[in-house]
Amino acid sequence: MSVAVELRHITKRFPGVVANKDVSMKVETGTVHALVGENGAGKSTVMKILYGMQHPDSGEILVNGTTVNLKNPNDAIELGIGMVHQHFMLADNFTVLENIILGAEPKHGVTIDFKAARDKVMEMSKAYGLDIDPDILVEELGVGQRQRVEILKVLFRGANILIFDEPTAVLVPQEVDDLFGALQGLRAKGMAVIFISHKLDEVLRVADEVTVVRAGETVAEVKAKDVTPRQLAELMVGSELPQPTTHGNTRRPEVTLALKDVSIPTATGSRDLISHISFNLHAGEVVGIAGVEGNGQAELIEAIMGLRDYTGSIEFLGSSIDHLTVAHRHDLGIGLIPEDRQRQALMMNSPLWENRILGHQRGKPVMHGAILDKKATIADTKRIMQEFDVRAPGPMTAAAALSGGNQQKFIVGREMSKAPALLLASHPTRGVDVGAQGAIWEVLREARSKGMAIVLISADLEELIGMSDRLLVMLRGAITAELDPQKTTPEQLGSAMTGAA
Amino acid sequence: MKRLSIQKIALALAAPVAAAIVSLVVSSVAVLASHKSPMLAYKTMWEFGTQGGSLMEALNSATPYYIAAIAIAVTFQAGLFNIGVEGQLRLGALFSAYIGAMFTLPPVLHVLAVFIVAMTIGGIWASIAAYLKVKRGVNEVISTIMLNSLAVGMTSFLFAKYFAVITEGSNNMTTKELPTTAWFPDLVPLLTKLGLPEIQGASVNGMLVIAIALGFIFWFVVNRTRFGFELRASGANPIAARVSGVNSKKMTVVALVISGAIAGLSGLPAVLGETHAYNMGFRSGIGFSAIAVALLGRNSAGGMAFSALLFGFLEVSSRALELIDIAPETYVIMQGSILLSSVIAYEVVRRFKLTLQSKELAKAVSA
Repeated sequence: MSVAVELRHITKRFPGVVANKDVSMKVETGTVHALVGENGAGKSTVMKILYGMQHPDSGEILVNGTTVNLKNPNDAIELGIGMVHQHFMLADNFTVLENIILGAEPKHGVTIDFKAARDKVMEMSKAYGLDIDPDILVEELGVGQRQRVEILKVLFRGANILIFDEPTAVLVPQEVDDLFGALQGLRAKGMAVIFISHKLDEVLRVADEVTVVRAGETVAEVKAKDVTPRQLAELMVGSELPQPTTHGNTRRPEVTLALKDVSIPTATGSRDLISHISFNLHAGEVVGIAGVEGNGQAELIEAIMGLRDYTGSIEFLGSSIDHLTVAHRHDLGIGLIPEDRQRQALMMNSPLWENRILGHQRGKPVMHGAILDKKATIADTKRIMQEFDVRAPGPMTAAAALSGGNQQKFIVGREMSKAPALLLASHPTRGVDVGAQGAIWEVLREARSKGMAIVLISADLEELIGMSDRLLVMLRGAITAELDPQKTTPEQLGSAMTGAA
Repeated sequence: MKRLSIQKIALALAAPVAAAIVSLVVSSVAVLASHKSPMLAYKTMWEFGTQGGSLMEALNSATPYYIAAIAIAVTFQAGLFNIGVEGQLRLGALFSAYIGAMFTLPPVLHVLAVFIVAMTIGGIWASIAAYLKVKRGVNEVISTIMLNSLAVGMTSFLFAKYFAVITEGSNNMTTKELPTTAWFPDLVPLLTKLGLPEIQGASVNGMLVIAIALGFIFWFVVNRTRFGFELRASGANPIAARVSGVNSKKMTVVALVISGAIAGLSGLPAVLGETHAYNMGFRSGIGFSAIAVALLGRNSAGGMAFSALLFGFLEVSSRALELIDIAPETYVIMQGSILLSSVIAYEVVRRFKLTLQSKELAKAVSA
């Protein structure tokens, strides 16, 4: 084994920002080397430097032992460095083969030597276990197969150092398995694979070595087999990880939300989306709804919010809300953190202060009667940004410019600002980094102790167990079990969710 | 900070300037294609267009454009597209001329009554599209296009068959003339009193005042009221708007009906201020040009005022092109190229701004 790539003390400043202060890493041939770090830690800058898209202010890049100066990606490609981008760059109406050779066509005089190309692609596809039909149109391929085409494209150009930028972000679990199989194949052929990710369990599954960057610095270089996901996460954030826990019993006698026999029948008359759901939720209590996605949790939230018609009855603070509109339910004090923040909770192209209004447009502080109070809204947006540590230049910044974690903190802050009696929280920490996750948990804990009732839905079983006072398991639209989180392990919960228990 | 504000100004100007340059180039090519000098063409247009009388005509031409553009912008803001303005304004104009001539009221009241007729007719016509959309899921673009054909056919039929009176010795058919109480006063006497030099035969349609007022109301309602916010939210993200408590069906109906009512008004500058009747010469195509005006003005009150004036100016000043033997239709090419290049330029600048914001954000985060 030899060192394929080495970065020594790379520093890169952007006007006003130091993206990389001191990054060093050493990638050996025949290994999968993961580069992990929180969003904004400087992972992508490192990769852009290695791929010749940006130039370090100081530091050295060594490829196969010699110092190189990469002026642009072409230099990098020449040296055998290839990048598999997160967003694929394929022509839909070309075949797989055409896409692979595009820009690097083997020539036969002035014509393209398709036969040579096909032979080479077939050979590669066999050698690396990247099974694919070269004559199918790319538009007919699924995401996982498209990624495979991207990998072949890079290999076709003679790469033996492959960079994968968040490759699993777009894949479903089955495709992730296939990708990891392919990575093993590449490793076995003596390639150096650099794998950028912030999904730690995946990193530990696939990588041999892990380099951790935090705030633009290399903070650790470890063997994957020597660390646990938790240790790795702590290295990433530089402190002990926040835990999803609640303390003591804050449950109050008064019932905030009561569902009686709530069902959502389908138009076709087939199985109800949710069927005969009944439960009481007290003030100061968190009820966790566990279930594999698509078993009715989303519909349950929509029913409580009034976004769907249902049968049965729902009482909020002692009176029926069955005939109330969505707006009315908002105004009575039901807060909502929807599962898909960009689709359901934000106007991506609008500034934050206008997003502050969404869902609150019928009351103070954003409205003065039916007239919008822009000044007060901007002031309150600033307050949310400060209290909830939303990192953005100001209230005028478009929501789209924020990272997912900051968008989520903003939404949580927005919903908390009306001090709702009931909060419907769907995946409140999905896709946010560790720091933001801890902050959101803290907000929920505090609100709970002040008497807010919370319906929590999450795919993160540790979060669900840690934050809930009571767990209800949903399967095919019905509640199939009630569990005590204190006596439930994630494994037990998992099997209850699939109906195996 | 100072550098940043210069950058902001530059960004704000980049799109219109780029669009202007591109459209000048395209129009020049069109003029060159007819073997004429573009410079001469522009000079002629400028000299003719900036004469007092021409400017007033440009204003008169811009007034209905502006009102109709506001009608379209109401739906654009809500993420809908009312292409049916042409039909709504025609029906509105015909019925308001016909019904308005059937009675007499004191001056201001009579005009108001005609307004109500025009708005009601426009609104009712648009409500058909709203009903189809909400109850039947018919895309409003399709339905309003078809309703346009229907409206144009209906106006011709009703006008020729029932509403028109034949004038002796004239080929022009027209509805009965409105009583003077329903006439909208010309602004020229007022302007001369305010010190504007007198120009022979000039007129400034009084509906200009209504257009300006509508512009202010539009700005205020869209940007400063709950209704306006919910309208914009429905356009920006209909799903999030619904989750936030906006009744999307109601919003669709309200937006289309208001749009139709305003569209109804845009036929009135001609009826109340110029011909005092609906006749065969009723200008067609206002509702379509107004789509371009709304697009170019980016659905903002100020932007649409600018683009309505620009279109009015081009339309009037291009008449001078005939004098130097260039087809006056060249102005259609100008309109088209301005529109196209500005839509593209604004999109490019919008994306650039977003990248810029992301960079600012990176700074804020690392700070």
